[in-house]
Amino acid sequence: MSDAPKIPQTEPRYSATFDKNTAAEIRRAAATGIYDIRGAGAKRKLPHFDDLLFLGASISRYPLEGYREKCGTDVILGNRFAKKPIHLKTPVTIAGMSFGALSGPAKEALGRGASAVGTSTTTGDGGMTPEERGQSSILVYQYLPSRYGMNPDDLRKADAIEVVIGQGAKPGGGGMLLGQKISDRVAKMRCLPKGVDQRSACRHPDWTGPDDLEIKIAEIREITDWEKPIYVKVGATRPYFDVALAVKAGADVVVLDGMQGGTAATQEVFIEHVGIPILAAIRPAVQALQDLGMHRKVQLIVSGGIRNGADVAKALALGADAVAIGTAALIALGDNDPHLEAEYNKLGTTAGAYDDWHEGKDPAGITTQDPELMKRVDPVKAGRRLANYLSVLTMEAQVIARACGKSHLHNLEPEDLVALTLEASAMAKVPLAGTNWIPGVTQF
Amino acid sequence: METITFDLDQHTLREVNQYLHSDAAELNGKTVTVANPNGSHNIAVGLKSDVNVTIQGHAGYYAAGMNQLANVVIEGSAGTGVAENMMSGRVHVKGFASNAAGATANGGLLVIDGDAGLRCGISMKGVNIVVGGSVGSFSAFMAQAGNLVILGDAGEALGDSLYEARIFVRGSIQSLGADCEEKPMDAESRQILVNLLAESGHQDADPDSFTLLGSARKLYNFHVDNAGDY
Repeated sequence: MSDAPKIPQTEPRYSATFDKNTAAEIRRAAATGIYDIRGAGAKRKLPHFDDLLFLGASISRYPLEGYREKCGTDVILGNRFAKKPIHLKTPVTIAGMSFGALSGPAKEALGRGASAVGTSTTTGDGGMTPEERGQSSILVYQYLPSRYGMNPDDLRKADAIEVVIGQGAKPGGGGMLLGQKISDRVAKMRCLPKGVDQRSACRHPDWTGPDDLEIKIAEIREITDWEKPIYVKVGATRPYFDVALAVKAGADVVVLDGMQGGTAATQEVFIEHVGIPILAAIRPAVQALQDLGMHRKVQLIVSGGIRNGADVAKALALGADAVAIGTAALIALGDNDPHLEAEYNKLGTTAGAYDDWHEGKDPAGITTQDPELMKRVDPVKAGRRLANYLSVLTMEAQVIARACGKSHLHNLEPEDLVALTLEASAMAKVPLAGTNWIPGVTQF
Repeated sequence: METITFDLDQHTLREVNQYLHSDAAELNGKTVTVANPNGSHNIAVGLKSDVNVTIQGHAGYYAAGMNQLANVVIEGSAGTGVAENMMSGRVHVKGFASNAAGATANGGLLVIDGDAGLRCGISMKGVNIVVGGSVGSFSAFMAQAGNLVILGDAGEALGDSLYEARIFVRGSIQSLGADCEEKPMDAESRQILVNLLAESGHQDADPDSFTLLGSARKLYNFHVDNAGDY
């Protein structure tokens, strides 16, 4: 036996820079030689609506009575030029998600849920399906660079047309639907051989800059006899300039999607490192509209990480006219549900983290074209869950608006908000809580 | 045959297109002439009936865009995106066509007597395009289906990332794009070429003087060894 004193050992210490996720990704890249592809939006922690608080009424302002005094939620979209603008009962819309990325029953469920509460759904890359048109009382038809499934008959059937320049998950990037999701039906709609990787271009084939976009929008208006609202969707990057250019090009509505907004499939590095959070994008977008005298005349829809009525209220208080949800809507339908944990485990993941939507093996039957898996989505029941969730979002936003003394959600304003962090204060241009300080705007 | 003339010096573009969107019963078999187009954009877009339209001069962007059934003749040159996303019918440009002629078009026949600019037939999805002259670079980029016949020369990166469209070229090719390769002229392809030459007024052109190009199909499913071609 040794009498030598025991030398204290250091605890094993992980690097904050080379953490477990990072090291695992390095090993995966080294083994495969290909970047990681996944669905959904940015997963890292970002400055977000949670970093804002409402002040509520007090002595200086008085609130509205919870269940008696009216708090309006309706919104009109597209009354700048369109002969037939859209009237929504709630400012929460369903974001563009394609048939192809999603199963037919999932698209139908989105239509049923949205229609039940008087809001719109949106097509995606791959065209319009009869199920979707049939179940969506208000359907926005996306006009994308690939023009997969684009045709004038569907253009005339749409209630509005959304010219997609980009999306928050991958501003500047095209789409990708891997061969395993290209079923006979998807292949036919996209005019491609079955099983082939479907690459969607990142730029429109027949226009390039803002001056061309103006002519393109005029073309779509001419084809549809100036009846339908025309939206322009951009990923959040340079919102002040993009919104100003969209307005100049003749948009009725601008859709602004932050980096938390989901995608069916793209490179992880793209999702996490390109674009800005929606919190940072709304005020510059609203500023552009105000500078042009077009705030509330050209409507602004924002998306990317909307989860509850507080997020809705905060987005509207910052100046948006409406919001769009995608990821949250899929969760309401049943995506990543804990009751499927055993099946997620078989795919090497866990409920709540499943994002390999491009592989088409979704146990919930939502992000798949597998005929057996998609049977798990009951469009009526899933649609009902979505309708319930949309109602909750609307009622929660009303609770907050009434507490702030507002008789309509659109009467919420930046003055109702404060920020918890310096970052959120600077991005949302509302004062740090308990101070009058807005970094970059006022002096401390 | 009844002819109606719209003079764009007197009428608005909206009036012309609104009339051309009238019920098929009103328009079928009629001829509508558009005088003094002077490069106006979006002339005769979204047509959906068997009407004949003659544009007496130069057209701007997207002439005959999304055409269905109609027969549109542009007596001058056409701007960017002529017959873009055409579904059916026939569009004939007697002059030159600018960039993205026939972009994403699903059906019908686009005939261009002169040259076409960059990206002719980009993302075409089933249309037939016959170009009497030459085409610019990146033509038939990501072309999915249909046939592009080029009687003149082709610029750089012809047929880049091609899917199942056929390209027939009579003249020289500056370069082929990724995954585009020469194919032996099979009987079916030759017959398609013969028919298209006849339909476009080039029946005197010798089909045996054309080279057939198609997809090598190496990029159809991602493999890391082909990463440089994406």
